[in-house]
Amino acid sequence: MADAATVDSADADEDIDLSALDDDDLIAQMHDDLYDGLGPEIVEGTELLLGRGWAADKVLNEALVEAMRIVGIDFRDGILFVPEVLLAANAMKAGMEVLRPLLAETGAEPIGKIVIGTVKGDIHDIGKNLVGMMLEGAGFEVVDLGINTDVDEFLGALAEHRPDILGMSALLTTTMPYMKVVVDTLIEQGLRDDYLVIVGGAPLNQEFGEAVGADAYCRDAAVAAETATDLIRARRAAA
Amino acid sequence: MLNPGTTDPSRRVLVLGCGALANELKALTKQADNSERGDIDIECLPAKLHNRPALIAGEVRDRLARLSAEGRTYERVLLGYGDCGSAGAIDDLCDEFERAHAAGNGPAMTRVPGAHCYEFFAGAAGFSQLSDDEPATFYLTDYLARHFDLLVWKGLGIADHPELAEMYFGNYRRVVLLTQTPDAAERSRVEACARAGAERLGLRLEVVRTGYGDLAEAVASVSVASISRATSMETSSATQRKVP
Repeated sequence: MADAATVDSADADEDIDLSALDDDDLIAQMHDDLYDGLGPEIVEGTELLLGRGWAADKVLNEALVEAMRIVGIDFRDGILFVPEVLLAANAMKAGMEVLRPLLAETGAEPIGKIVIGTVKGDIHDIGKNLVGMMLEGAGFEVVDLGINTDVDEFLGALAEHRPDILGMSALLTTTMPYMKVVVDTLIEQGLRDDYLVIVGGAPLNQEFGEAVGADAYCRDAAVAAETATDLIRARRAAA
Repeated sequence: MLNPGTTDPSRRVLVLGCGALANELKALTKQADNSERGDIDIECLPAKLHNRPALIAGEVRDRLARLSAEGRTYERVLLGYGDCGSAGAIDDLCDEFERAHAAGNGPAMTRVPGAHCYEFFAGAAGFSQLSDDEPATFYLTDYLARHFDLLVWKGLGIADHPELAEMYFGNYRRVVLLTQTPDAAERSRVEACARAGAERLGLRLEVVRTGYGDLAEAVASVSVASISRATSMETSSATQRKVP
């Protein structure tokens, strides 16, 4: 049977007044709330921080991206699973919707541009959508081609948007070989060196990424954002 | 090599599979194992690993270690898994055991060919055809249909968070039930479960009677009789090559 202290503690958890928290405690609470997938609380916290004069990119990085990074680590370590990650992603998305117009207003240059899509024959987009969100959080302009994307659609988008990076996703062992079709086509057309290529998806691994000729295999969305940032910095440093 | 006449428990076969295949593995090992004392043991890991593929290889390793500690050692292990979304981790584990076995340590270990149970039930060509016909297909087996509520609806968190249904299934257009059971009454029950599941997802249902598919051959290939025949043929062939 729960004792009085436990009940008091549970009640206190349910009734936290975010506006009464100082900035550090509010950020910590937002990390917990995003981890728990509490969208309305994330929106409230985001608006509170903005109201206290925080810049949108500071809220994004310190409250949302950092919390999602923790979610990513716990997913990687088997502590969280897909449903929890999706709920956290939904909470982050709710916060992003508050911040996106403000971020656009600042006119800050994106760190880079990426075209992403799930390859032909594959309609799975949960992982790809998480990657898109984490990349956006990391400061990328993301062009999402959606699902079942064939090589012509990928090449057309590369020509139209001139991104730094092409990202491809697949959930099926039957569809992941299509990534090599796209990379080989880039090579045939003399375009391979124009773009960094990253790949990901549940059945992939490092060996497969190397076999299809990608610049990097990314095991999850957080790694994809870190890897994309590192690749762009390395390429610019070498230029 | 395996000797059907021996009573040495270390010379037996273990089929270690997904709990979602327990009924099928039981039926197939019964067919394959015609020895009186029963040369094929079956062990199953929790079916909920279906939703946690990154954990499968570790769970297999732990179960084998536990069995070994209990004195249950085997000459050969068949994993009743495909790749199952493990990103090659199950294959890596098999390779590790094969290398150790070649060096005289522990059992040989292989898995059922194919990416997942849908593929080895439907057969590679059959599954490829189904995928080509409609990439936006969500597959169920008999087990998954029977336990749709536990593994899909609750297992994926939709019961508590209905908003996740669209994120998981928004791109799908149909459910295909790949049904294994040879029993007509049970098949009707399974189809009813699958139909109810498809309706909850707002998708149409198609039923494909696959039987046990390639799983049957995989289990038969590790039966003691089968391995003994293969050993005998290898010996005979080697002997013949020595004859001038």
